[in-house]
Amino acid sequence: MTTTDYERNVVLSTNSDFKVIGTRPVRHDGVDKVTGRAIYGADYVASGLLHGKILRSPHAHARIISIDTSKAEALNGVRAVVTSADFPRVENKTVELGEDETKLLDLRGNVLANDKVLYVGHAVAAVAASNPHVAEEALSLIDVKYEVLKSVMTTDEAMAEGAIILHENQTTEELGTDSGIVSNVAKHFQHVKGNIEQGFKDADIIVEREYNTKTVHQGYIEPHNGTALWSADGRLHIWCSTQGSFVVRDSLSDLLDIPVSKIRVTPTEIGGGFGGKIPIYVEPVAALLSKKTGTPVKIVMTRKETFEGSGPTPGSKIKIKVGAKLDGKITAAHAWMAMEAGAYAGSPVGAAAQCVFATYDLDNALIDGLDVVVNKPKTAAYRAPGSPNAAFGMEQALNELAEKIGMDPIDFRLKNVASEGTRRPDGPVFQRIGAKEVLEAMRDHPHYQSSKANGIGRGIAIGFWFNIGFDSACNIALNKDGTVNLIEGSTDIGGSRTSIAMQAAEVLGIAAEDVRPSIVDTDTVGFTAVTGGSRTTFATGWAAYEAAQDVKAQCIERAANIWDVKSSSLQMEDGIISSMSDSELKMTLKELAEQMSSTGGGITGRAAINPRGVGGSFCGNIADVSIDEETGKISVERFTCVQDAGKAIHPSYVEGQMQGGSVQGIGWALNEEYFMSNEGKMNNSSLLDYRMPTALDLPMIDTVIVEVANPGHPFGVRGVGEANIVPPTPTIANAVYDLTGNRMTELPMTPGSVLAANNK
Amino acid sequence: MTTKTNKVHVQSTINGESVDFLCEPRQSLLECLRDIIGLTGTKEGCNDGNCGACTVNMDGRIVTSCLVLGVEAEGASIETIEGVANGSNLHPIQLAFLEGAALQCGICTPGFIIATKALLEQNPDPTEHEIRFWLANNLCRCTGYDKIVRSVQDAAKRLREK
Repeated sequence: MTTTDYERNVVLSTNSDFKVIGTRPVRHDGVDKVTGRAIYGADYVASGLLHGKILRSPHAHARIISIDTSKAEALNGVRAVVTSADFPRVENKTVELGEDETKLLDLRGNVLANDKVLYVGHAVAAVAASNPHVAEEALSLIDVKYEVLKSVMTTDEAMAEGAIILHENQTTEELGTDSGIVSNVAKHFQHVKGNIEQGFKDADIIVEREYNTKTVHQGYIEPHNGTALWSADGRLHIWCSTQGSFVVRDSLSDLLDIPVSKIRVTPTEIGGGFGGKIPIYVEPVAALLSKKTGTPVKIVMTRKETFEGSGPTPGSKIKIKVGAKLDGKITAAHAWMAMEAGAYAGSPVGAAAQCVFATYDLDNALIDGLDVVVNKPKTAAYRAPGSPNAAFGMEQALNELAEKIGMDPIDFRLKNVASEGTRRPDGPVFQRIGAKEVLEAMRDHPHYQSSKANGIGRGIAIGFWFNIGFDSACNIALNKDGTVNLIEGSTDIGGSRTSIAMQAAEVLGIAAEDVRPSIVDTDTVGFTAVTGGSRTTFATGWAAYEAAQDVKAQCIERAANIWDVKSSSLQMEDGIISSMSDSELKMTLKELAEQMSSTGGGITGRAAINPRGVGGSFCGNIADVSIDEETGKISVERFTCVQDAGKAIHPSYVEGQMQGGSVQGIGWALNEEYFMSNEGKMNNSSLLDYRMPTALDLPMIDTVIVEVANPGHPFGVRGVGEANIVPPTPTIANAVYDLTGNRMTELPMTPGSVLAANNK
Repeated sequence: MTTKTNKVHVQSTINGESVDFLCEPRQSLLECLRDIIGLTGTKEGCNDGNCGACTVNMDGRIVTSCLVLGVEAEGASIETIEGVANGSNLHPIQLAFLEGAALQCGICTPGFIIATKALLEQNPDPTEHEIRFWLANNLCRCTGYDKIVRSVQDAAKRLREK
């Protein structure tokens, strides 16, 4: 079969009873973005703007003895220098960071190091100057005296007997209680379901392996940035690229000890984030510099700083043991996962533990999770954080079992697949989910059904990620021409303002183009949580739905007043208000809008919600690979991504998420890693040496959107932003096994590792 | 109060208009475009020539403007993203990118459009491989390139049919 005689992008729709939803309008911000007019964080300019630069630690672990900033302060053009001493004293407490939480003093210590530096690239001091070059020169004049300490770079080193300790006051939380033992292990937790000993006894076949993965970065093309103006009236205004303007506001409030009401965060357009732009880095530093100078200060990270001084996703060590009967029923599974948190506690091992067995209905399971600090940057969220690491092991183990049993790997998964009512080992019971439908769509796809050419290995895998609910707010005002303005607070990282506007348009019966969405600052819209957790189209879309319903109800009410009839006798469909009993009574939304002012005033709908009913999404891949025998280089020849979207609001942008997540996963599988020196220095902190996929490295990414409606959303939406990065690494590893017979247990699967496995 | 520097007077043509500016010898063309001339459509992703976000056309060749000094623009003709549309008429490449959903965050888009325009000017009917090869210096982290490649194919078709 050639690759052109089937449909490359398919939507398996179960409900097409919509006018706007499921269509593919041009996005509302599109023209600004193809003409260079869209304003991103680094593009923002303010009157009297100063430029900030940050001095970073050259050591992975060292005590700061002293910082002398006097020479830097004396340099012509330098306006201020700050260190952590410029932060107000604050009580330690737990602060929420979007999807995550952290200790306030850890957050502060990460923004500007206090007594110790904990990784190469850890911020130590910062300068504001008339231009960035002067600020950079001034950094070299700051004299920091360090007492260099030994560092720990891996979970093994960190957990070894007598290991160097990062935090002298950190004791291990062991199964929910403080052990009192000072250690680099911040936490060890377990999830238990059934009886794992009995389960393994009942198994006919057991597979067990250890898998290791390296630190990788989200790789957004736009570096972190932020501009701060701390006014003389005590008000702080921030302009920055962030996934959550309210997270920035609330974190700054905690760090700087000023009320949220005095902080306004204006989110600019954002050049990618993938989870990495949830935490704050430069914003508080710019704020301190602005407070000292009384003028706006902008800080833009370099690419090297973005690699070394922001939050990648962790390296991990994972052991997976799974047992099954010869008929293909899994009897027991155990996952042991240690993840590098980086310099401060808080790796995504908790989420990994929730995801590792989520696809399967298991009677007996045990999951151990360890959160381990090491001398690397504090990790941050990266698209389905933790789940890809876990799936790399679990989904290979399942293929290994299927082969030993003699079953097709998809049939084997279908025999054990989770469905509505399945209780995950970590507790929650699934509502309606689409794992089975995704596996069936994979099995039935022309790609899986096609025969393989010589020299091609084929792999499959499936993965899971949640959606979160959380707060979203939305206001919709009716214009007198019958269009509406929609105000929301979810920063748009990949077309979400259009998918949100389309949900309002559907309710009002107007075209997507007749809704004008704006993403506004924190003074202008109600609290809205981060663009993360695959929540934006789900939750903010739902807020838009509710606000549009509010507008609709008011329009009906208004028409009832105009016609002097009961509102219960009226309906509004396709943008027309009409009587259900009197066919003479009919008015378009536009006609009503024209007379709004004279019939009682403007019409504005509003909603502020915190929805439950989150769905979760499953995503599966089929990949064909070839391997260059001489170099060991893996090439992805054909790739198919299948994902349950619940209901695809804008299929092009759903496909875009699937294709983008797939390719990030392919990069993770084949090339991407932090090359660390023995001294803890990243040796490849450029986009040449940190090798993300280019257009030339890839085939087209075929897609199948499965729609198993989420009963917890008015349109059945499931968030689709993240699950698609989960299956690529095990899919490719399974394809390599298919071709070579070698199990790849380390990421990335570099040419060298492929050759080494062949020579074993 | 600023540091004394020896600024250099540079005269070049930017998007068809004659532009004079003063820059420090150490400033890149990217800095000059963004911070001095005020054309912020050209983006900085890495400042070392590896991501392609700052791609502009200089005398008929695409360059990463972070690796060109501002003073090298003397006498040169430069095209940036701001010069691609003809007034309020979008260029067929811009239309193809919009309709093909070839952008998500959009930060790499100006560089891709400038690079695509140069490709299609010299090769009006490129193969998929030729498109992927030509665009390999432009990194996109959002789309996985599928919709970009398809939009370039669509743009080529639109331009051939014009």
